[in-house]
Amino acid sequence: MASKLRRFENRDGVTLVAPVVLVVAAIIVVPIVWTVVLSFQDARYVDVARNGLFNELTLDNYADVLASPAFWQALLTTVLYSVATTVGSIAVGLVAALAFRDRFRFRAPLRAVMLLPYVAPVVATTFVWQVALNPQYGVVNAFGTQVLGWEHPVNFLSSAPTALITVIVYDIWRYFPFAFMFLGAALTGLSREIEEAAVVDGATPVQKFWFIVLPQLLPTVALLVLFRMVMAFNEFDDVYLLTGGAAGTQVASVRVFEQLTGSSDIGGASATAAVMAVFLGVALVIYLRLTARQREETR
Amino acid sequence: MSTITTQSSVLRVLRVVTIVALVLATVVPFLYMLSLSFVRIDDLLRDPLRVLPALDRITAETYREVLASEEDGGYGFARFMRNSAIVAVAASALTVALVVPAAYALTRLRFAGRSQVSWLFLAVYLFPTIIIAVPVFVGFQVLGLGSSLVGLVIAYIALTVPVSVHMLRNYLAGIPESIDEAAVIDGASRLQILTRITVPLAMPTIMSTALYSFMIAWNEFLFALLFLSAKQDLWTVSLGLTRLADGQEVSKTVLMAGSVLLTVPIVILYGVAERALTEGLTAGADKG
Repeated sequence: MASKLRRFENRDGVTLVAPVVLVVAAIIVVPIVWTVVLSFQDARYVDVARNGLFNELTLDNYADVLASPAFWQALLTTVLYSVATTVGSIAVGLVAALAFRDRFRFRAPLRAVMLLPYVAPVVATTFVWQVALNPQYGVVNAFGTQVLGWEHPVNFLSSAPTALITVIVYDIWRYFPFAFMFLGAALTGLSREIEEAAVVDGATPVQKFWFIVLPQLLPTVALLVLFRMVMAFNEFDDVYLLTGGAAGTQVASVRVFEQLTGSSDIGGASATAAVMAVFLGVALVIYLRLTARQREETR
Repeated sequence: MSTITTQSSVLRVLRVVTIVALVLATVVPFLYMLSLSFVRIDDLLRDPLRVLPALDRITAETYREVLASEEDGGYGFARFMRNSAIVAVAASALTVALVVPAAYALTRLRFAGRSQVSWLFLAVYLFPTIIIAVPVFVGFQVLGLGSSLVGLVIAYIALTVPVSVHMLRNYLAGIPESIDEAAVIDGASRLQILTRITVPLAMPTIMSTALYSFMIAWNEFLFALLFLSAKQDLWTVSLGLTRLADGQEVSKTVLMAGSVLLTVPIVILYGVAERALTEGLTAGADKG
């Protein structure tokens, strides 16, 4: 009986997966290949419209990208931004998860509330931040000048380097719930017995955290670093919506967007994206190598 | 012993301070949004520090203005909300319809290319969405789907499928395969196993998958910007809010009312299904 189903296993499996694979291939993989091909062509929209993908092949775009100071600046900004938001959001998420570890009244509803910045629409939250930080009518500047005695309102989103710092703070605010959620789940999974044994042996709470809890959380932290780095490296919405890429906040994907929409330089934009993807890929491989060694050692 | 007691009491205080600070930091921006949505713009400009409007100055005119259609002197958010709802419902229903069979096959069946499929889904995250969005937009223009809600729905499915497959696959892997085998012995076909056994058993996770893709679709901004910018009658709420905020002519408190309208559906849905959603997303995280 079962063998009848086994016989068709391959066919059934392929049939059931095919629709999803087709959609992902059409919407994700084809565009990526398209991008890579175009990055080797000196193409603008008109050329693509006339010749499709069959323009003359060239390395000019890559030469332009690598020789452009603006590209290196964008790369530096992206790296700074990604590292700062990743470290910041995981650190805050870890503190939050530890604070919420033991039961207290209203723990469940408060935990749910803490995830709001992550689930709320990015357009709405960036808009609220923009209004709150506005020099004319924002509450933060009103509070600063009227109560804290600042001499001038601060242009949080339109002057360097505060703009980049503000974007980073916003993203820590938006993404710490993500780390909080995962680290909270990992904390509930830990067995309390080892900790109790350590307490019996006279370990202080800080020692208990440092030598017992933290090492057990490291696999989750490593996974979160990976997630957050990749997502932050390609982040577009948050930066674009907050500053439009002005005042030293032009990260890579905003630069790609401007190359596409502003100067309609498809080839250049594609090359920028391809170089960034290579950087990200190399960073990922190095990171996976390093953490793999770590994983071996802890075993 | 004394270091232990001092550390414990310091940590106890720090813990309360941390919880209060974090809750305030997350909630205050939302309260600010809600409060400003009832403020008249001249009151805000006169005294930005007055976050809570005086009782006799509270207005709901902002909501009327933002919801009313352009003919009635408003900004058409009622229509934007309808567009967003159509797109998000369609995207989440289709995502579930596609993902359930795929997740079933990936956990239960051995077939050619099974492991490659998982790698394919990871590729999504290596490139910025912008680089995917532009070719998709150009391609859809050729097919006549460029400036349409249908095109947007297809794009959103592709964006949500990878995480949805992951969520469902984790859950299905936890259901014993022996249940399937028992059904096979009773003479059930593959389709019957899928519809009569897998789907009912996985219903909670299916719901949270649907919810997850609804949220992604409702909140999404970049694809909507590229696809629909030129067609104001098709704008989603996210797009409508940013387009109107770019200009100077719409008052900020009216747009705050728009932000509330954009946020409230998500908060309600999230409130209903918070547990299922967080458990679905973090499934497998404790395994390291």
